[in-house]
Amino acid sequence: MVTAQPYKRVLVQAEDFDLAMEMQQLRRHCPQAGAVVSFDGLVREFAKGQVLQRMHIEHYPGMTEKALLAIVEQALHRWPLLGVTLIHRYGDLEARAQIVMVATASLHRQAAFDACAFMMDFLKTEAPFWKKEIGALGARWVEAREADEQAKQQWSLPE
Amino acid sequence: MNITILYFARIKEVVNYSSEQVSLPDEVETIIALKSWLSNRGETWQKLFSGSGVVRAAINHELVDDMATFDEGDEVAFFPPVTGG
Repeated sequence: MVTAQPYKRVLVQAEDFDLAMEMQQLRRHCPQAGAVVSFDGLVREFAKGQVLQRMHIEHYPGMTEKALLAIVEQALHRWPLLGVTLIHRYGDLEARAQIVMVATASLHRQAAFDACAFMMDFLKTEAPFWKKEIGALGARWVEAREADEQAKQQWSLPE
Repeated sequence: MNITILYFARIKEVVNYSSEQVSLPDEVETIIALKSWLSNRGETWQKLFSGSGVVRAAINHELVDDMATFDEGDEVAFFPPVTGG
């Protein structure tokens, strides 16, 4: 039985985050948890055939925080979660740097797995972030992918 | 009506503005009407709103479609499809 309010930690920041420390903190706030799942998104070293020097991430301050909170609330509504941590960075990030982390805690594993994937799929299509890849050959804005939209569609509930 | 318009990412670079305050004629109160009003500024703006690239819009931090209406003092934003995560 899940009674207490679920733990929520949602951050938009330029600074790096410590995944291990965040997981420890999530576990500490969710003593009933039988499962914790985490996803760590990184800047790839290669993109479109060129070595990436860095990635610039722009966002819409004000809207971003609301959009992330709305995604977390949807996940809490659909799955019996004990806690959620969602951190997304912006600014200039080096290759191999961390961009985003999503972590979930629940009594049993399926809710934690599904909610984690759900939040990443929604983040890709609903949170106002834009990536620009900067490499030796120049800079280019990353195009939105149809596959990301399809990944989100798989979570739509039957009417 | 006076509103604030914000531009992000590729669109910000194309129009060379990150934000502006505009005074609109009475009949401009939907996103589609605003796009067409801005298109009168010249080729760059016209291409932006009628070209092949998708332009998304938000009113006061909420994603909206072309038929959405805004009010005095609202914050309207134009940006490309998002690519975070």
